[in-house]
Amino acid sequence: MALTSADLIRRSASSVPPPAAKLPEVAKLIDVSKCIGCKACQSACIEWNDLKPTVGENVGSYQNPHDLSPDTWTLMRFTEWDNPKSGDLEWLIRKDGCMHCSDPGCLKACPAPGAIVQYSNGIVDFVHENCIGCGYCVKGCPFDIPRISKVDEKAYKCTLCSDRVSNGQGPACAKACPTQAIVFGTKEEMKKHADKRIADLKSRGFAEAGLYDPAGVGGTHVMYVLHHADRPEIYAGLPKNPAISAVVELWKGATKYAGLAVVGLAAAAGFVHHIVNGANRVTREDEANAAKLKEKA
Amino acid sequence: MSNADPTPEASYRVTRYTTAARLNHLVTAGSLVLLAVSGMALFHPSLFFLTGLFGGGAMAREIHPWIGVVLFFGFFGLFFRFWRANLPERGDGEWLRNGGAVLGGHEEKLTEIGRYNAGQKLVFWSMSLLIVVLIVSGLTIWDEYFAAWTSIPTKRIAVLVHAVAAIVAICVWIIHLYAAIWVRGTMDAMTKGSVTGGWAWRHHRRWLRETIGGKSAG
Repeated sequence: MALTSADLIRRSASSVPPPAAKLPEVAKLIDVSKCIGCKACQSACIEWNDLKPTVGENVGSYQNPHDLSPDTWTLMRFTEWDNPKSGDLEWLIRKDGCMHCSDPGCLKACPAPGAIVQYSNGIVDFVHENCIGCGYCVKGCPFDIPRISKVDEKAYKCTLCSDRVSNGQGPACAKACPTQAIVFGTKEEMKKHADKRIADLKSRGFAEAGLYDPAGVGGTHVMYVLHHADRPEIYAGLPKNPAISAVVELWKGATKYAGLAVVGLAAAAGFVHHIVNGANRVTREDEANAAKLKEKA
Repeated sequence: MSNADPTPEASYRVTRYTTAARLNHLVTAGSLVLLAVSGMALFHPSLFFLTGLFGGGAMAREIHPWIGVVLFFGFFGLFFRFWRANLPERGDGEWLRNGGAVLGGHEEKLTEIGRYNAGQKLVFWSMSLLIVVLIVSGLTIWDEYFAAWTSIPTKRIAVLVHAVAAIVAICVWIIHLYAAIWVRGTMDAMTKGSVTGGWAWRHHRRWLRETIGGKSAG
């Protein structure tokens, strides 16, 4: 059964009635310790979503393309990290893309009604016919994910394959992953699965292994198992404590309401002043004085 | 409103603005109104429907910055026409201290006013400052062309600054517009380029003396 407007829990620049029945929350779990960097997920994403990224150029890194783009919704980010404790050079590979936050900054920043929606299963989706291409979502996102297309000036990002999920399938990237580094299910199942993986990693010497499900954005519906969960930033700059920027909160919070109020008050002050004082009119005397002044000149 | 015509016949008319200055003002004023409408539409969801006036949300987003460029150059013209006349002078402090008398319509108690009173000068200088803030913050968030020029944290600050400056500018504009409505006869300066002798005597007496070549104000 497809996701419908009845499944919405948030809709940008507008409100929705609370859903009668909530879907179970879903999550994609990405275990970076199992990832071999094959990019099958990247290819599957391109194929399923019919994206056509242009052929890039090799600058001496496995990371290709170099960044997320309107045609690249997921990207393996490669980092070479010197582990100061063990002295080992570790090759860290993180599949980057939309985290599907419970408190989505993109949706909060969006000024176009219905251009960004959040379903009760946790998926945050862009609705392109409502997108106006302003780029506010880019400013709202704590993970630097949305990209604006130069072709149609609309914002693009991972949909968590909402079209597949609503038909009982997992995301294309999870389906393609040969090592099951990417798994998909309900958020509860994924947390339990992560616990087992973390216990396994700890038993193998990764004392700081843990789950990345940051509370600052209310948790996410894309989670990572990190073998160095105490230092998420070593994985190509994964933010340690992501949250919607205070500047964005102020802009979309107090400023939005105070701004309208101040403009309304200014206009109202004018009306009241006019009612109380009446018009400031030129009198016959003024005209007579002006005439006298001219005669003298 | 009384039955008798409350506006006395003009003794004579005094030129206040040239045609070029009026056209310059018209372009600036028109773009400011269009910017306020399209900007407010993208600022508060309850006003998003106003994007319909511009052909929808994407069109409003597209056209708003271009109108901003027109406003910037329009105001640039006004600035160089009028900045000298808006320099602060001795009577300004007195005018500001007696804001109550001014708002009550008792300007006659104050020293004769030149071409612009302190309130008009405040509108001029605050708009000058705000428009610089708006064009700089606006270019910072004009992602269609300048997305790569600044970082996302910089853009977040710019978008907040742009919103706050725009709100203040709209308030200054409301004051400017209301003053022109309240002080009857002022609109003539914009629509005809001239005002009545009585209007000039009442509101800008020193300017009137200087203009018609009478003895200058003391």
